Amino acid sequence: MATAINAELGQGWWRIAYRRTRNLKLPWISVFVMLILLVCAAFSPLVAPHDPTEISILNGKLAPGENLSYPLGTDILGRDMLSRLIYGARTTVFISLVALGTGALVGTVIGLVAGFREGWFDAITMRAADAALGFPTILVAMVIVVILGAGIESIILAVLLTVWARFARMIRGDVLSIKDMDYVVAARIAGVSMPVIIWRHIFPNTVNTLMIITSLQVGQVILLEASLSFLGLGLPVGEPAWGIMVSEGKAVILEVWWLSLFPGIAITVVVLAFNYFGDWMRDALDPKLRRL
Amino acid sequence: MQRYILVRLTQGVITLLVLSMAVFVSSHLTGDPALYLLGAEGTQEDYEQLKKNIGLDKPLPVQYLVFLGNVVRGDFGTSPITGQSARDTLMERLPATLELAGAAFLLTLIVGIPLGVLSAVKRDTIFDHIGKFFAVLGIAAPSFWVAIMLILLFGAILGWLPTFGRGGIDHYILPAFVLSWGGMAGIVRLVRSSMLDVLDTEYVKFARVKGLPERMVIYKHALKNAVIPALTFSGLTLAGLLNGSVAIEVVFAWPGIGRLLLQGINQRDFPIIQATVLAAGLFYVVVSLVVDILYAYVNPRIRYE
Repeated sequence: MATAINAELGQGWWRIAYRRTRNLKLPWISVFVMLILLVCAAFSPLVAPHDPTEISILNGKLAPGENLSYPLGTDILGRDMLSRLIYGARTTVFISLVALGTGALVGTVIGLVAGFREGWFDAITMRAADAALGFPTILVAMVIVVILGAGIESIILAVLLTVWARFARMIRGDVLSIKDMDYVVAARIAGVSMPVIIWRHIFPNTVNTLMIITSLQVGQVILLEASLSFLGLGLPVGEPAWGIMVSEGKAVILEVWWLSLFPGIAITVVVLAFNYFGDWMRDALDPKLRRL
Repeated sequence: MQRYILVRLTQGVITLLVLSMAVFVSSHLTGDPALYLLGAEGTQEDYEQLKKNIGLDKPLPVQYLVFLGNVVRGDFGTSPITGQSARDTLMERLPATLELAGAAFLLTLIVGIPLGVLSAVKRDTIFDHIGKFFAVLGIAAPSFWVAIMLILLFGAILGWLPTFGRGGIDHYILPAFVLSWGGMAGIVRLVRSSMLDVLDTEYVKFARVKGLPERMVIYKHALKNAVIPALTFSGLTLAGLLNGSVAIEVVFAWPGIGRLLLQGINQRDFPIIQATVLAAGLFYVVVSLVVDILYAYVNPRIRYE
């Protein structure tokens, strides 16, 4: 480490930054795709050339490239495909962020407490986690939709019910090995309370795991959201969500093939990008977790 | 071993009980079942009478136990939409789903294992890269979209394969492939990595030194050991098959229980919903129990702490 720092002495800030970034071996294509997705989601009204719900029958079924004002063509009602894709990014990012965020929060808290306390709480939550991990997600989601009705809340709850378990299991595993460390034992002897030990001494050491699981889960969450939207269990039909767009194009696939094609490509590319990024993060932060 | 099976069995039963409570609650939370069964023309007396007849005047826990008793006996009630017993409808649709899942499962193994072996043996060649790309794509591409694109390509443009409904062997090719792709991707990666490990062991090196032909080394000595983790993983892909089959059945107009469930949800047909959800849950619990037991049998280290 010392030699590395010495070697950097006398070099410009930009050169050092460049070298260090290069040494990270970031998956640049993934990062690029993720940036585009985030920009589209955050600034949809600025990026999109048209209103995604604006109907103009006269411009209906324009093929991609036929009219340069609609580069990716229009759907049957004349709505601009590109704009709908951009607003769809917003839907995807919003649902994934909320669902994954709450899932990570709930799973982490349960994992921390279960690992630290062990006993009955651990037994019950971990059995529940096993059940949630294996059980077919779509089935869970459909039962939720029957109870709550179709909607964005149902999708978020369905995702939440499946992702918390992965966080809980992995974080618990970390805690089990951390809590026997000398500094934790010392804190306990000094009479520090359980919440403080967990928050100050244990949680910071699980952050790597947390980041790895989060980045590996994003792709799964996006796919799940898309499937549920496709089945009509999420947002109302007509809303710009990628799964819904694929479904809208299904019936007219022979005539207007681009309706299903583009949103499907968008889902695949985004999921690929997040999966690659997740793999990279796992290798960079914790080579021990590397399987396959 | 017996303790292990017992623990797993209890877990499975609890999962099913929770599921049954969820479907039971679902029909009560979303409105009054008696009003729903009565329809628009019923009078107040009819309503009270019906409530008494189907036991809705009793406390909720009692109603749940009655419901559970009926379910265990295979009685899910009559669908108010079709007038048919939900069990009969379920039994009519179940074979289609099981056939499709079975075909997809076979395809997963038949294609996944050789592809994984090829990837490992021809490491870092074009075969390996194609195998990896195939696996990565299978995990990232949404199956419902792949299904539509394949229908467009093989059904509409090339006209090689039928694209909807159940029928001869050719009807199974597209849906079974799409359904199996995700799990296949996992198998390819797993076989590849365990094959690479095995190819590095002493006994494989010894077989080579002994002068055995490379094909013998790979198929007789290496593959047998490399395939064990893949077989256990294949049990896990079954949950994925159930997950995928809803969308696949919808896209290919396949007359199975996945489409039945979606239809039931859209029509708020509670007997159908309860029958299909519980049947799918039971299928999943039984299969994973069998897989777990087989796994413990093969690998003594796993047999529960």
